[in-house]
Amino acid sequence: MQANRLTISEIQAGLKGKTLTCESLAKQYLDTIAAHNSDINAFLEIDPNQVIADAKAADQRLAGGGAIRELEGVFAGIKDNIHVLNQTTTCGSKILAGFKPIYEATVVKRLRDAGAIIMGKLNCDEFAMGSSNENSAFGPVKNPINRNLVPGGSSGGSAAAVAAGFCTIALGSDTGGSIRQPAAFCSVVGLKPTYGTVSRRGLVAFASSFDQIGPLALCVNDASLVHKVISGKDEQDATSLTHSPTWSELPKDTSSLKGLTVGVPKEFLGDGIDLEVSEAMNQTIEKLGHMGAKVVSVSLKLVDRCLPVYYILSSAEASSNLARYDSVRYGPRLHEGGSLDELYLNNRSLGFGPEVKRRIILGTYVLSEGYYDAFYLKAQKMRTLIRQDFEKAFQQCDVLLTPTSPFPPFALGAKTADPMAMYLADVCTVPVSIAGLPAISIPVPRTSTQLPVGIQLISRALEEDQLFAYAMAMEVMLKGNHL
Amino acid sequence: MSQEEFETVIGLEVHVQLNTQTKIFCGCATDYSNKPANTHVCEVCMGLPGVLPVLNQRVLQYALKACMALECDITKETKFDRKHYFYPDLPKAYQISQFDKPIGQRGTIRIELEDGTERQIGVTRIHMEEDAGKSLHAENGETLVDYNRACVPLLEIVSEPDMRTPEEARAYLEKLRLIMRYIGVSECDMENGSLRCDVNVSVRPVGTKKFGTKVEVKNMNSFRSVVRALEYEKKRQVRQIKREQRILQQTMLWDDVKGETRVMRTKENADDYRYFPEPDLPPVRISEDLIQEVSLLLPELPDKKVDRILKTYGIPAYNARLMAEDRELSDFFENAVKAHNNPISISNWILSELLRELNKDLLPIRDCKIQAVHLGQLVQLIDSGVISGKIAKDVFEVMYKEGKDPKSIVDSRGLTQISDDSKIEEIILTVLTNNAQSVNDMQAGKMKAFGFLVGQIMKETKGKANPGKVNEILKSLLLTKYQIECP
Ligand SMILES: [Zn+2]
Repeated sequence: MQANRLTISEIQAGLKGKTLTCESLAKQYLDTIAAHNSDINAFLEIDPNQVIADAKAADQRLAGGGAIRELEGVFAGIKDNIHVLNQTTTCGSKILAGFKPIYEATVVKRLRDAGAIIMGKLNCDEFAMGSSNENSAFGPVKNPINRNLVPGGSSGGSAAAVAAGFCTIALGSDTGGSIRQPAAFCSVVGLKPTYGTVSRRGLVAFASSFDQIGPLALCVNDASLVHKVISGKDEQDATSLTHSPTWSELPKDTSSLKGLTVGVPKEFLGDGIDLEVSEAMNQTIEKLGHMGAKVVSVSLKLVDRCLPVYYILSSAEASSNLARYDSVRYGPRLHEGGSLDELYLNNRSLGFGPEVKRRIILGTYVLSEGYYDAFYLKAQKMRTLIRQDFEKAFQQCDVLLTPTSPFPPFALGAKTADPMAMYLADVCTVPVSIAGLPAISIPVPRTSTQLPVGIQLISRALEEDQLFAYAMAMEVMLKGNHL
Repeated sequence: MSQEEFETVIGLEVHVQLNTQTKIFCGCATDYSNKPANTHVCEVCMGLPGVLPVLNQRVLQYALKACMALECDITKETKFDRKHYFYPDLPKAYQISQFDKPIGQRGTIRIELEDGTERQIGVTRIHMEEDAGKSLHAENGETLVDYNRACVPLLEIVSEPDMRTPEEARAYLEKLRLIMRYIGVSECDMENGSLRCDVNVSVRPVGTKKFGTKVEVKNMNSFRSVVRALEYEKKRQVRQIKREQRILQQTMLWDDVKGETRVMRTKENADDYRYFPEPDLPPVRISEDLIQEVSLLLPELPDKKVDRILKTYGIPAYNARLMAEDRELSDFFENAVKAHNNPISISNWILSELLRELNKDLLPIRDCKIQAVHLGQLVQLIDSGVISGKIAKDVFEVMYKEGKDPKSIVDSRGLTQISDDSKIEEIILTVLTNNAQSVNDMQAGKMKAFGFLVGQIMKETKGKANPGKVNEILKSLLLTKYQIECP
């Protein structure tokens, strides 16, 4: 096995057995990046010398008898909307080109404290708005599995980097599916945690009441290790929850699936779901039956309202969060001269891409006097009802199972002219985001001629512990190692 | 119709800067005045990408104190909202404020007018918000921005349109300032911007119920300019009506130099602030425990204090009000009365002698050398006849300068009053012998000489003779020795 396809436990076993050094790992990752990044375009910024220096320092610490910390030997890529000191945060936008934060995101600090080495910044859709990573001002990311395909978005760079072996794990952010959908497209694991479990300090806000940072990884266990490190109360984020979960040992086999009740919302089978995706779903359901799990059909009646609710609320928040980018205090001055209004108008017109502008205009509209009640307020009320919809479903099952995306990855450029078709990519992930629940996407193993497909497991709020356990057992089941 | 046939309808929107140590949503210090520009800032108050606000719990406490002091209903589940507008001094392009669930509603402020009448003015709402930075327009046309003030906590206090004269507006502002200072949440200095006031003013014929079209006036920098702006607006609006011109719903700017208002904008191009709930701050639940806790921090408020002082000490209402205007002064009074129970005399001493000296030296009462107990003892020395009122003033001067207790001053300087009858008689007889002319004058009916004789006696005793006794004995000696009857 290639060293740069190692999981965290494999890396740490290597470090312990002294068959691996952080420096040798770093070199492998950097070599792979050097060979393929110019084509895949996942990393926007990386400082190889710093990575090597950090790896050497880690090796020295271990040689000096230092303990192997939770994320020792883990090389992490960070989505470019999360602040890393001494690196730029562009959010994939021209309006922030060259912007260097003066503080580091809480999640990045926590990664460092746990021993992880920060590699660099990963491409994404501009301000995390998009489902194909084609909205980045710094060029699209290509899917490492098939470079004619999109990697998904908005954390397309994060998913692609993990899939391409550029790093051990990556952090992404998920507002309506931006971790899960690219994870599915690139055949990696991606977790969107319960809203409020991971600090948002240092994450450039898109839609504050939806945004959550989460891990993308090669396997469920890696995702869980990273999540344990980055989650937990942050006094500098008033929306972060005081919640100390008990983390139990993850299962190594499928025995925990026996007697498990898996709910499959009927709205996610049938119309609008691509044939390949339904096939993968059906295979999974069949296997679950063999494992002794009870698969029941449940209903999320409001699913068809979720996209409008999501686009109203997230765009409203985005129009507010993105109002500060005016080129007055930071970011490049793209246009000089004129009145104050002209300064705002010209710089924002030149700085933002079309999708971001579309959402700012939509969000501004739904918050305007005379429209607020009809759109924003109504959508807020729907949000409560959608949450209740999930609560009802969870009365009938332990965990929900859906496709992560209604279709497999599509060709670059295939949907760029049709925003509505692009928005449909999030139809399975958005309801979970509206309800603030945790969900994980795991890949369904496919033949080499088939396109990647991911399935999404959803649990009750704050039940990441169980979610990881179910996902782990299903990962074993899907890989067929259980025999 | 003349000006007198119209009344003004006035409502005030006051911004009070809270004097917490740190800003409302970050840890930066709030004392920005006279500090170099942009030195009291951090990523949060600069609104840099990725920052999140965290509510300063002290701000919540201060806001609750203000709500309680103005007798507001407290909103048990209050929340913050974003108010959007683009301006370089507003770093996030929105201000975190409160829209539909302000922390306090339906309060009241009692005002007293010059003629002694009292009125209740309704307080519509109190809400918390962050201040913006300051734009400085340089001569070369550049605009510079100082963000030291950004994120400093503010309370916006909105009154009902309950005031009818500029004087009432002034009384409201003075009372509001008094209460905020009393509860220690703000200095409320209009000159340095810790109190800012916008007015809403309309006019209507006296006796009518319907409100006229209101005009908002901004940019006043003192209570006096508020009064002047209101007077000006009343005249302007009445003149408009008399000319049968419509009054437009406008925002005006007060020009203090020219003494006039000018149009800033009309309602037609009013801003749409696109308020919506601040997603970065969870709603704030105000528990009974917190209300209890904060109510214990609340001092006795001026109105209650006046009422209690009047009832307990029976001093003149004027004295009670004056003393209640300064929490420390009224504490001083009450402590002095504890030492000697003559509240009327003590309040007179405080309001005349003590305040005169303090005002002359621009000293607050807390820096006064005289202890409350000592002032009580001074009045006690007068009341028990140990010293005269005149001597007391000399003793007071020494107390003020040196901070000693009155008894030791009187003793060390031999200022004790002469109350011994035979001693006084002896002195009077000497004075009468030495001033035969005055006695003759009196015998001739020129009774004015009596005062002169008293003066001579006091001079002889260096003011220490008990004046009552001097009067009494002098009269009786004049009668028995010279058959002069004094009235
Ligand atoms: Zn600050």
